[in-house]
This record gives sequence, C-alpha cells and structure tokens, in this order.
Amino acid sequence: MASTLFRTIQIHPFFLYPTALFSRRNGVLYCTMKSSQTQTATQEKQQPPKVKVPQHALKKTVDKITRDYEAIIGIETHVQLSTLTKAFCSCPYNYGSQPNTNICPICMGLPGALPVLNSKVIEFAVKLGLALNCKLSLNSKFDRKQYFYPDLPKGYQISQFDIPIATGGYVDLDLPLEFGGGHRKFGITRVHMEEDAGKLLHSGNGDYSQVDLNRAGVPLLEIVSEPDMRTGIEAAEYAAELQRVVRYLGISNGNMQEGSLRCDVNVSIRPVGQSEFGTKVEIKNLNSFSSINRAIDFEISRQALLHSQGQSDQIVQETRLWEEGAQKTVTMRKKEGLSDYRYFPEPDLPEVILTQEYVDSISNSLPELPEAKRRRYEKMGLSMQDVLFLANDMNVAEYFDETLSSGADIKLAANWIMGDIAAYMKNEKLSINDIKLTPQELAELIASIKSGTISGKIGKEILSELLAKGGTVKGLIEEKDLIQIADPVEIGKMIDKVISENPKQLEQYRSGKTKLQGFFAGQVMKLSKGKANPGLLNKILLEKLNGQS
Amino acid sequence: MLSTIQPPRYLSRFPLRGRTKSRSFHILSSAQPVTKTCFAADQSQILSIRDSLLNRHLSAVELTHSYLDRLKQTEPHINCFLHVSDPDKVLKQAQDIDDKIKRNEEVGPLAGVLVAIKDNICTADMPSTGGSYILEGYRPPFDATAVKRLKDLGAIVVGKTNLDEFGMGSTTEASAFKVTANPWDLSRVPGGSSGGSAASVSARQCVVSLGSDTGGSVRQPASFCGVVGLKPTYGRVSRFGLMAYASSLDVIGCFGSSVADTGILLHAISGHDSLDATSSKREVPDFTSQFTYASSLKSRPLEGLRVGLIRETVDAGVDSGVKSAIEGAAAHLEQLGCVLKEVSLPSFSLGLPAYYILASSESSSNLSRYDGVRYGNQASSDELNGLYEESRAKGFGSEVKMRILMGTYALSAGYYDAYYKRAQQVRTIIRKSFKAALDENDILISPAAPSAAYKIGEKKNDPLAMYAGDIMTVNVNLAGLPALVLPCGFVEGGAVGLPVGLQIIGAAFDEEKLVKVGHIFEQTLEGYNFVPPLITDVGGASA
Repeated sequence: MASTLFRTIQIHPFFLYPTALFSRRNGVLYCTMKSSQTQTATQEKQQPPKVKVPQHALKKTVDKITRDYEAIIGIETHVQLSTLTKAFCSCPYNYGSQPNTNICPICMGLPGALPVLNSKVIEFAVKLGLALNCKLSLNSKFDRKQYFYPDLPKGYQISQFDIPIATGGYVDLDLPLEFGGGHRKFGITRVHMEEDAGKLLHSGNGDYSQVDLNRAGVPLLEIVSEPDMRTGIEAAEYAAELQRVVRYLGISNGNMQEGSLRCDVNVSIRPVGQSEFGTKVEIKNLNSFSSINRAIDFEISRQALLHSQGQSDQIVQETRLWEEGAQKTVTMRKKEGLSDYRYFPEPDLPEVILTQEYVDSISNSLPELPEAKRRRYEKMGLSMQDVLFLANDMNVAEYFDETLSSGADIKLAANWIMGDIAAYMKNEKLSINDIKLTPQELAELIASIKSGTISGKIGKEILSELLAKGGTVKGLIEEKDLIQIADPVEIGKMIDKVISENPKQLEQYRSGKTKLQGFFAGQVMKLSKGKANPGLLNKILLEKLNGQS
Repeated sequence: MLSTIQPPRYLSRFPLRGRTKSRSFHILSSAQPVTKTCFAADQSQILSIRDSLLNRHLSAVELTHSYLDRLKQTEPHINCFLHVSDPDKVLKQAQDIDDKIKRNEEVGPLAGVLVAIKDNICTADMPSTGGSYILEGYRPPFDATAVKRLKDLGAIVVGKTNLDEFGMGSTTEASAFKVTANPWDLSRVPGGSSGGSAASVSARQCVVSLGSDTGGSVRQPASFCGVVGLKPTYGRVSRFGLMAYASSLDVIGCFGSSVADTGILLHAISGHDSLDATSSKREVPDFTSQFTYASSLKSRPLEGLRVGLIRETVDAGVDSGVKSAIEGAAAHLEQLGCVLKEVSLPSFSLGLPAYYILASSESSSNLSRYDGVRYGNQASSDELNGLYEESRAKGFGSEVKMRILMGTYALSAGYYDAYYKRAQQVRTIIRKSFKAALDENDILISPAAPSAAYKIGEKKNDPLAMYAGDIMTVNVNLAGLPALVLPCGFVEGGAVGLPVGLQIIGAAFDEEKLVKVGHIFEQTLEGYNFVPPLITDVGGASA
C-alpha cells in the first residue's frame, strides 16, 4: 500500500486541518486549508547529508559473496489510471492541483456518501489484463480493506481481495544490450482495481500534518508479479516494460516522478541450490527505474553479507526505504506478523460482471503492444539495439511505423530517426511529437536522397530546417534550388573551371600527389553549392585529372 | 383519488378498545375525543391537504401553523426532534406555495406537506447527527436523494427526528441526545431506531416522515406508535445521503398515519439514483393508483388473495395480546376474501444471529469514517492513535461501540469463516425460503414485534432481550423484501391501550400489492382509532 509511505513520520494530529474551512459552491464541497508552507515530504529532505559508503575493496568481496546467493524478487506495481474522473465519483484529478480542490462528499467520505464505479476503470483493467496475457474473471467484486490513516477518508480502501479482475499472466521483455541483453518472461500473479488514498503534507518543522484529499479515490490498478526476477536490472526492466504497456494502452501516463507508476519491491536471497525462500524484505520509495535497480542490488549485497557472516537472523521481514542520497536502504518499519485488514465484500457496489463479447471487443481494439512491436521490428531485419530504441517509446515507434507506411526504406528510416533526429531531440529537449518534421516528409526526404534528387549532404542540411520549421521536402528543394546536378556535361564544365583555376595543384597531382583529388572534388562541390552528384563528380574528375588535356 | 370508504357493517365485530379508553391523560389529556374529520387515521392527509389547498379551503400557511403549534405543545413531552426547522423558514416555504397557488401556478404533489426526517438522513444546511455525539453539530453539504425528491415535489422539512445512534437500537434510548417518549404512553419507548419519526407522525407533529430500516427500525416503531410504516424492497429507494449502518440491509422507509400517505411518500422517493449503485433501475409503478374508491369496493375485495401467516411468528415468546390482535387481523383478511393458511419458515429463527453478525460487521466498517479527522467532534491529542482513540471513545455510545467490537471480531482473520461467511450462507437460505413461501402466497403476515411498546429503561441493560424483539423484522431485511406495518389492534397498557402492528410482507418490488392490501385492510377495519390521546386537545385545527 502506497498510502502507508509516511506512516513513520511523526504527526501531531491536533493540528490536522488547522484552518479547514468548508464551503459549498455549485453543490460541490471545497475544503480550503492553510497551504502556504506545505510541501510534500520527500525522503531526501529528512536525510542527513550524503554519507559516502562505497569502499572499493569491500565491493569486490561483496560481489564475490553475492555470487553464492540467488536473489528472489517480486514487484507490486500501482498504476494510476488516466481516467477523466475518479474511480467512484465525478471529481477530476490533476496532478499538482492546489490541495483539496478536486474533492467532493464522496471522495471525502462524508456520512451518507456512496461510491459509484466509473466504468472506464473496468475498461482499463480489462485492457491491461489482456495486455499482460491474464485470465479475466468474468465475475469479480470489490472488497473493503480496512485500516485507519488520515489520508484514507472512509477508514477503508475499496479494493479487490479474493477475486481480482485478472490473474495468471506474464510479460515478455528484452534486456538492453548494455546489460547483457537476452529475452525474459516474468509471471504476473494478478491485476486488481482499487482506489488511491490522499496525501499527507507535513509542515516544514514537522509540528503538524495536513491532509490533501485530491488524490483520494483516483483509480489504481495493482499489478503483482510472480517472484521471477533475480537481479536489479531485471526488476527495473520489468517495471519499464509495464510503463511501456500502460502507455501503449493509453491507460496511464506511467510517470514515476508524479507517482502515476509506483513500485514496491520484495527481495529475499537464498544460497544457490536451496529451494526454500529466504526472509523477504519490502523496499519502498523507488522513484525511478535506476533506483529500483540500485536499491535491489544494494539490498542483495546487504543480505548476502549478513548471510555470509552468519547473521542471517538479522534479515527480518520488514519494510525498508531506499535513500537516494545515501544510496542505501534503511529500516522503515518492522512487520509484526501480518496486518489484519478484515477484508469483506463491498456492499455498496454490485458485482463486476463482464460479458465475453465485451472482453472480445476490447481485445479487438488493443493496439500493437511493445512485445509484438519488437518481434515485428526484429523480423524486419533490424538489430536488437535498433529494435529496443524504436519500440521503447510508443511515440517513436508510431513515428517510425508511419515513416515506413509512407514508403521509406526500413534501415534508412531507422538510421535517420536514431541518428540525426534523436540528436536534435536530445539537444532541443523535445519529444518526437514536438518536432515539425512529419513522418511523411521524412519518407520523402529518404526517397529524394535514394533517387538522387538531392545529395545526402543536402539532405542532412535541410533536415534541421524541416525539424525546426516544418514544411515539405519538395518545397524546400525548389525554394532553395537544391536539386542535385547529375548532368555530366554540366559537372564536366565545373571541373574544367576548377582545374584551370588551380594549375599548380594539377601539376602536383600529376606528379604523383594523387591525394589532391579530394581537394579538387571539394572545390567542385563548393562551386556546385553542394548539389553535384558526388559519384558522378568523382568519376568525371578522375577522368579529367588523369586524362590529357 | 382516495375517498373514505364506509366499511360494511358486518365487519365491525372488533372491540372499540382504542377509543373507549381515552379518558384522562396527564398534561395534555383531554376528554374531547378526536373526531374523524380531524385526524382520521385511515384517511390520506396528503390527499386532503392537496385538496384543501387547491380548492382554497385552507392555505399552506394556516396548515403549517396548525402543525407547528401542535409540535410546540407536544414536543416537550415526547422529544421527537433533535432539530426543529426555523418556524420562519418553514412558514416562508408555505407562503411561497400559497403565492404560487394564488398565481395559479402549478405546485408539486407534496406541496405544503410537512415532513420530518430521521436524523441519519442528510439534509443540507440543517444538522444531521445520526443521533451521535461524534457528529454533534455536523451539517452536510448535500441533501439525501430521498430528501431532495421530497423537496422537489413541494414537501417542507419540519425537522430532524431522534433515533438510536446511527440506527443501532430498538427503543430510541440509545440516542446521544435525548429519549423520545411514546405518544400513547409517555413512560414507554416509541420503538426504534426510527422512534422519533414514528412518534412525530403519531403525535401529528408532521404529516409524514422518513425513517430508515436495517432490521426493523421503521416497522417496529410504527407498531409501537400505532402508525403505518413501509419498508421498501432493498434498492427501491436510493440510500445516497443515508448514513450507512449496514449497507446491504439499510433502506429508507416511510411513516404516515394512513397506508395511502405512506404509499404516496414511498412513490415520491422511489426509483433509480445514479448516486447509489445499489438502487434498482426497475420502473416504479404508481402505488397511488391502488387506493380503491369506496363505491367500487366489493364486499370481498381481496377475494382469492393467498395469505400466509408465518407460524414461527405466532409461536411461544410472543405476547398473547399481540397474538390475538394478529389472529384478529388474519380473520379480518379472511372476511375480505383472502385465503389464509399457515406457512412455516424453518430458517426463521436463524435470522436473528445472522442479522446481528452481518449488521455488526458492516457497521464496524461503515463507522470507520468517524475518526475525528475531517468532521465531527475531534478529541485533542498530540499523537495520531490518541486522536483516533479519544475521538471514538468519546464520540460513540456504548451500543455503537459494542456493535463495532462485535463486527470487528466477526471479520477478523480466523473468525471470518465461522461468523461472517456462515451468516451470509444463512442469509442465502433465508432468502430462498422467503422466495419459496412467496411463490405459494401473495403476501405473508406476522406481528411487527413480539410485544407492544415497553417501558423506558425496561430493556436498556438487557441487550439480548432487546435484540430478541427484532425477531419479527430482521428476516425481511436479510431477504431484502418490502413489508408494510399497519396498526391492527390494541393490547392492554398505558391509559388507553397500546397499538399493535400487523406486518405484511410482499415479494421483491411488489410494494404495489402491499399498499393495495394494506389500504383495503385499513379502510375496512372498523372500530379502532389510532390517534393517541396526547394530541386530542390540540387537534382539530387542521384539515
């Protein structure tokens, strides 16, 4: 549960809602609170200055110890759905809104308020269930998960307990080449629907906390993986693949910084060859894929070290926080047995009944998913490096696919996108949707070069203009008179001119300094303003230089 | 339109206990017997108000004055209300109706009808406490859907009525604020948990009222106070704005002094609500068309109607007076042409334990939101758990705490299967057995409670005895069925006798039949007067 993140932080509830004002405008309840000094408590803010840990000598021994153990990693992921309204009321949710501006009696848990399910939540859950190759429960239900916390207005979270909407799936992914590459398949235990909790805002001096309920009731899908991952990078890539899938499906922005995609990781280790699992530790506060990777690798070494020192009893079932500053995990709270959430079926919501036709219609409307895309690109003959680059980002993949469907050569299109276009995007900090060059024009550009209408050099030159300002390839070529000169007579004339203007160099060339061919070629190209067909130019130039005239 | 039906003479074989005993009554008693034209219990007040207003026989302001006057006089003795609307505001609404009528503008079918609302039903800009200290002074920002519908039809909310805290109780003694008395005998309870709503209708402080019924909280007080109470099918009326006690059992129900009034009231609040996912999308038939004209009433108007008397409800443990009143009612139904037979529901006695497990379990969850964080009374504490503990320890009464504890226990890991799950299985059995009985019978009948109203304080320290009093009603909630309770006789007690209610149970969503049968029963029941003696001296001003 993500909502338990701040549980260890001291709260002085006497000051909760110190200046809460309730007013009613247009039938909507607003709760105004003192929010001038509030800020989200991030873990870094509470940390002492960075502590340097890494000791190189130690690292080597740890690596060696780690080799004797196998890590077992499972991940719980919460994906915030990008529905227009919350799961059970008609409040919108916009990340970063003023506290308590997107709330109503229902998501505030006022007496007498009742939840009504937003049907988009089911649609999105079915989409994800299908995308993760799960079996869908045609009859599922909601349950109440009960615990007290100020960010949980009803005192229970509407969730799904024993009958989740989707179970028993898997996700395929390809590890990046820099991490050794390779294809992986990780099991998905279940996907279920639930609502998010609000947020606590802690005062600067820690004297009091305030409750922001904007996020309360925002729909989430919780995805529980099988304990199939063995390394930090596998776990990080699993999370990255989930992000790709939800983005491809259009059900979430998958943004980890905003908390739209949150991962809690369970890690245990066991000596290689042992079949029973070790004690698992949960890690929270993982705000990026790389922190997932690093936190797990840290945790594996920590546990392995304890094991090798005969202190495996110090590995206890607990929740640990990843400290980005110190690059280590620290105890957040120890679990004393399992908490009893007293789940029972939510009586305010009818059962969720899906028809096969409904599931089929959603299945038929699914877009091509990352795995299918990668396999298709691979079959086209692209290298895995290219495949991963192009398929990683849905928008890049879409751009690439559109370029291809406009008739562009596969390899050339890939090279242009991954080369000059990617460099431009990186420099200008733009996404592929921001650039002015359309896939159709990119295809046109590639075709123009291939057909010899313009030279590759000219092509690169006009690309930057197309990226920044847009326009058509044809228009630019005409406007700037850039059509390649492929007339041998015309090129011959230019060569003659250059040769006649450089008698000294001609003499040197003829006396054996053949490297000067490049000089002549450059001069001719300059004279043609870069428009001369380079192949033709060189051929005629060579004839003329070597000829007797 | 409804009209008064003169019952055939041969039906008047029942003793006139109700009226004949009205001698003296302390404080407000009067020797003047109530005349039928003032407060005939079997006449629709709503229809006669509408008639009077539209025919300009009476203004809404005059009418309102008469009710407010009576409320002012009787309220100190019976304590029905936790909050009475500002009289000026009430009169202003009445004036608006009069103005509209004067301008020949259309007014709603409930125009000028003063309605009292149980305090666990939210009303905008008016306190809604649920009878709990933890919500003292709480004003919801919205009207419950049922309240909104009544207001839209022209009804005027006269106040918020007392109840057992959050509906948990059968006497209204478990209110955090006051104890309501039974208008028939001020030393007795009005029943509960909707005791305030029942007593206010009985005392004619309002025309009709809304209550809520989780395990009998409309029907038992209706029986105790001698008024008509209607518990609709689960899902017939939106629960939006009803403070949840046990969500799968809760329904908003209606009180009136006649079957017609409760039927009209139910019709007004029924129907799907997009704010309640458990509200039914079924069409709402026009219950009000069931009121038969006197002229068209046959001598045996219910000829062939199959009536099942639930054997288990007239067994041992039922007050003999109640039993004979119900037998009298059954005989009356037979005279009206019904085919009466006894029906056995072997699972009947399982209902009580199943009900208390399920209701407590759900309530333990539903009452979690009262944590002192966002609204209501907040205890001061410098630590989070302390805030929760103190706010809840001080905010809830002992009955509520007991049910939260029982429910928390029943839902705990290791006990869930033995209690909650088992109770759900029992619920399924009960639902099936009612279904089977209602396949063979058009309606089922039983007492509404094993006894008439008992003394205040009598069962306060014996919760099991109080819970046992719910035996007649809880099964109906577990099965989700509609049931009508209407006064059918009296037992000895108090100054003039105490009313006894007959419960008529129908098939799901068949309120139409209940209202029709109830109306005919009421119209043909000769010799009883279900107006309590308390109001006789201030009565007569209206209608």
